[in-house]
Amino acid sequence: MPLAHEHELHRRRLSRNLGLGGVLLAFVFLIFGMTFVKVTAQNVQFPDTVPGVQKTVPVAPASGN
Amino acid sequence: MTDVSLNPQAAAGDAAYESQFGDYIALLKPRVMSLVVFTAFVGLVAAPVHVHPFIAFCAVLFIAVGGGASGALNMWYDSDIDAVMKRTVGRPIPSGRVGREEALALGLTLSGFSCVMLALAANVFAGLFLAFTIFFYAVVYTMWLKRWTPQNIVIGGAAGAFPPMIGWAVATGGVSVESVLMFLLVFMWTPPHFWALALFMKEDYRDAGVPMLTVTHGRKSTRKHILAYTVLLAPIALVTGVTSIGGPIYMAVAVVLNGLFLKGAFQIWRRDETTAEADNYKVERSFFKLSLYYTALHFAAILVEALLKPYGLGGW
Repeated sequence: MPLAHEHELHRRRLSRNLGLGGVLLAFVFLIFGMTFVKVTAQNVQFPDTVPGVQKTVPVAPASGN
Repeated sequence: MTDVSLNPQAAAGDAAYESQFGDYIALLKPRVMSLVVFTAFVGLVAAPVHVHPFIAFCAVLFIAVGGGASGALNMWYDSDIDAVMKRTVGRPIPSGRVGREEALALGLTLSGFSCVMLALAANVFAGLFLAFTIFFYAVVYTMWLKRWTPQNIVIGGAAGAFPPMIGWAVATGGVSVESVLMFLLVFMWTPPHFWALALFMKEDYRDAGVPMLTVTHGRKSTRKHILAYTVLLAPIALVTGVTSIGGPIYMAVAVVLNGLFLKGAFQIWRRDETTAEADNYKVERSFFKLSLYYTALHFAAILVEALLKPYGLGGW
């Protein structure tokens, strides 16, 4: 006797379950892709790169003699 | 999550048919979606602002899903009419493949999903524009005007004409003369396209009780309307050619197509029912066929102009 008995309903719904699975997988890929594109975009501005805001104070070069 | 289906057949224990994935896809009107995808894509590419290809792909996909959602809402509301008309009797709801409530649930879910995702992928204006388009098609056209006025096709045509404007809004975040002209091109083309169809598919709309112009104002009046809209359409198509999205290729296509379209409309106007029935609506059928190419080629020409621009060839 099999451990998990497959209900006949699951066989009838195989097509839509597979389809929905594919849609969800594609959605994950879309979200990942959009995030990657937006974060790596050239015009993206992280808080410490906003013009006019300096996190570190430039240090003047020390004189040799 | 409950395992109870909303499908009446399944609820009644009918094991003969279970809604398949393809049935839900059919609810989204894939053929209409293809026009939405194409015109939205052209609107996006023709815009003067560059959009990352992946973001452009996502944006067009979400616009298509929004268009599909409004199609599902339309099928949910119009299932009684669809069951009467020959052309629509095979749709998922009248044929019993999908329950009405399922169509409503799918339409509402995809509407919200597509608008929010478009706003996140592109900009809030584009997301709101898509929401307005879905509302316009599902509520203003389907629920309110379709069964009330013979100008239903004119108003419904606006919903189908918004996608190039949404595509443009994805890139620019706004509206401009060019995007309005693309809207007008589809908007003014829709009535002659559908009225020509109504002339030779006459029983369908009459049986369904939809106040189509052919039923309410007669066929002679419909022929006049086709000519009037075609005459108004031609200058819109030609003016589009002198804007930033036009160019010599577009202009050549527009001149030829509008010449042929005007000739066809003029022939339809001159004919009477006896002549039309004698040759099984030959002129009306060929005008309808030409109308299918009309928008496709105009937008293809806009696309070609946009794609040639980086090489210094497109545009004026």
